[in-house]
Amino acid sequence: MYRLRLAPDNTSIPFMKGRFAGLITSAVLSIASIILFIYPGLNYGIDFVGGVVIEAKTPDAANFSALRGSLGQLGLGPVSLQQFGSPQEVLIRFERQPGGEKAQQVAVEKVRGALARDFAGTQVRRVEAVGASVSHELYVNGMLALSLAVVAMLLYIWFRFEWQFGFGAVVTLLLDVTKTVGFYAVTDIQFNLTSIAAILTIMGYSINDKVVVYDRVRENLRLYKKLPLRALIDRSINETLNRTLGTSMTVFLACLPLALFGGEALEEFAWVLLFGIVIGTSSSIFIAAPILLFLGEGRLRRGAARDVVETGEAKAGTPDAPAA
Amino acid sequence: MLYFARWKIYTIIGVCLAGVLFTLPNFLGRDFANSLPGWLPHRQIHLGLDLSGGSYLLLEVDMAAVVKERLGNLQDAVRTQFRTADIGYVNLANDEHAVTFTLRDLKDRDEALRLLGTLSSTPLAGGQPELQIDIGSDGNGSISVTDAALHDKAARAVEQSIEIIRRRIDETGVNEPTIARQGEQRILVQLPGVDDPDRIKRLLGQTAKLTFRLLGPDTDAASGRAPPGFELLPNADVDRRGVPDSGPARYLVRKRIEVDGSNLVDARSGPSSQNADWVVNFEFDSVGARRFADVTRNNVNRPFAIVLDNKVISAPVIREPILGGRGQISGHFTAQSANDLAVLLRAGALPAPLTVIEERTVGPDLGADAIRAGIYSILVGFVLVVTYMALAYGLFGLMANVALVFNLILTLAVLSLLQATLTLPGLAGILLTLGMSVDANILINERIREETRKGKAPFSAMEAGFRRAFATIIDANLTTLIKMLLLFSLGSGPVKGFAVTISFGILASFFTATVVARLMMVSWLRWRRPTVLPV
Repeated sequence: MYRLRLAPDNTSIPFMKGRFAGLITSAVLSIASIILFIYPGLNYGIDFVGGVVIEAKTPDAANFSALRGSLGQLGLGPVSLQQFGSPQEVLIRFERQPGGEKAQQVAVEKVRGALARDFAGTQVRRVEAVGASVSHELYVNGMLALSLAVVAMLLYIWFRFEWQFGFGAVVTLLLDVTKTVGFYAVTDIQFNLTSIAAILTIMGYSINDKVVVYDRVRENLRLYKKLPLRALIDRSINETLNRTLGTSMTVFLACLPLALFGGEALEEFAWVLLFGIVIGTSSSIFIAAPILLFLGEGRLRRGAARDVVETGEAKAGTPDAPAA
Repeated sequence: MLYFARWKIYTIIGVCLAGVLFTLPNFLGRDFANSLPGWLPHRQIHLGLDLSGGSYLLLEVDMAAVVKERLGNLQDAVRTQFRTADIGYVNLANDEHAVTFTLRDLKDRDEALRLLGTLSSTPLAGGQPELQIDIGSDGNGSISVTDAALHDKAARAVEQSIEIIRRRIDETGVNEPTIARQGEQRILVQLPGVDDPDRIKRLLGQTAKLTFRLLGPDTDAASGRAPPGFELLPNADVDRRGVPDSGPARYLVRKRIEVDGSNLVDARSGPSSQNADWVVNFEFDSVGARRFADVTRNNVNRPFAIVLDNKVISAPVIREPILGGRGQISGHFTAQSANDLAVLLRAGALPAPLTVIEERTVGPDLGADAIRAGIYSILVGFVLVVTYMALAYGLFGLMANVALVFNLILTLAVLSLLQATLTLPGLAGILLTLGMSVDANILINERIREETRKGKAPFSAMEAGFRRAFATIIDANLTTLIKMLLLFSLGSGPVKGFAVTISFGILASFFTATVVARLMMVSWLRWRRPTVLPV
């Protein structure tokens, strides 16, 4: 029977040997991300800073200099034009207009008017105009959602496991999130509401992955009383390696078509997710596990004193139920 | 975990079949789905505006304007009260937060407080007063609207506005608009199929407060200040350069309102009998008609003003008493603007101005493109995931794939049943669920494989695989659910759709991956009784 295996069975890769390399690489990447976040900063979308975005389709290939000339005269500040999809499709973006909430609507009207006057036959396919108060609230709520998610994860893992697990998972999560933010800074992908959804999804995926590895560590802690923690963690990672890689593979495969031809709005979202999947998977092995090793050495509770054989076949534990 | 009671098997099959039944209407045309007999499910998933095309507007009630108007009225009332009671005062003013004044003589303080106390409108529900009235021992007084009254006013303004917005939009013929309150002073308006909401924004952008008032003694009041009880209002009938087409630039108008728009029962646009312009013909209710008759009878040969949103649209001279309760507004209207004004007058005035603070409009063909791209992505993603599962886990992989199909079906069924809204991020959510929900099957299959390699017999390997993987699956899914709950409660609009599809996708996967797949695997096991599991 042919079976596609992403890793051979019975691996015993000493992952924990790379613990310092993993943690240092991760720390460096995260610090670099934070620096990039501060300067030059993220390309915030209108959801979070307000402004006007208009997507237009011109009858012939868009003439950018004419568009720039016409729209530049409206007195709405710098106009940014971006082509995407076909050469007829243009994304017009203005920064938030000063002068209160009404100013955004005035700007939309002016742009619609200018397009209709100077570029007859142009179709306005999408309009988004967000004022100051809404963009501020969306930003605050987005950040609140992210922070609450981190706290909720900490509490959940703490409750289900022990504090070392919760701490390890959350520190890893923060490292993952900072790198994702760094990815936004490097690629200049717009940071908007969808980005919050993307980051939350990556957090969900990453935690999910940590839970699987931690679950196995906890199980093995009960099985092998005398096995040193380092070997035990290595063993747990190896045992779950095929699952870890398999799930990453399926999520990756599901996202890939979206990244390749999901349309303007979803492509960026999907690329961020693909990045997050790689980060989330590697951090389970190289970050979350080493942290557990550092925190848990000599502290983690082992199973009740039971006779356990080191070869791996458990005599203790619940007996397997008879085949029904 | 491997034993299924007969009733359980039937329930599982029943749930899956129900899923198919509830999903089907989405693949039939809407008209066909609606023509199905009533006992068949016919609900369809709603497409969000980003997929169907349409306009999303978030309006905010301008409470500052409400307060300003109230304070303006209070200032006039204070003046009248003090004058009639012969109380001396100076520095009567209002600064958008409070009306302030200074008493000339402190002995009037008690009398002033008593008089001002009558200015409060009816107390609020909690028995709190509407106004905060203070007069210090130095004679300085202030009147302001209390916070409680402000909240109350906002709540009422939003409620009335929703009603009036609905009437105005209904007049434009938009299908199935959604108009809902959002937060304390906001109103959400969703207009499916509208790709240029300019006309609607124009209709909603006017409070349409129509008043009939008398003009001041000196009609030509282009310069100078308005005496108490009067105000200077601009002429609405100005051309693009700001020069009036007819009449002065500003009129001196009495503040006293003789009749207002709330007494109208009908308003229709029609061509003018005198020239090429259009006019609006209106009709008063009995109260309005009587008052209008009284006013016109007492003021023959004097001009009066028809004022809309503090602009004078026309100032005709009353030739004779108007007794029938019918009238006409002429003010250089076009067919469109006359019709719009008639719509506004029929729908009634908004209690406060509305501002559009967020707009998201998507044209219908862009939405269609997005759906097409989304569906292609889902199909390709599905094929990739299914192929991987088949290659990695063989027969059990195929069973996981069948479970995955039911996962999709059940997710769509729940979304249809709740008539949830599917947005563009929601489509991405479905795709992501595809990838994440097979995780449960991967966990189970890997575990069974592991137990088999340890030398367990097929039945006990499968039993152990399911049992051990179960806790992990719960932990993994719960963490994702918690996050999506957060996203749903704090996110807005389309992003909520993402949280919704992922949440239902995960809940469905919990059933399909652990129960449906298990039923299939166990049935196969009993049927073939293999000596080695094919994992």
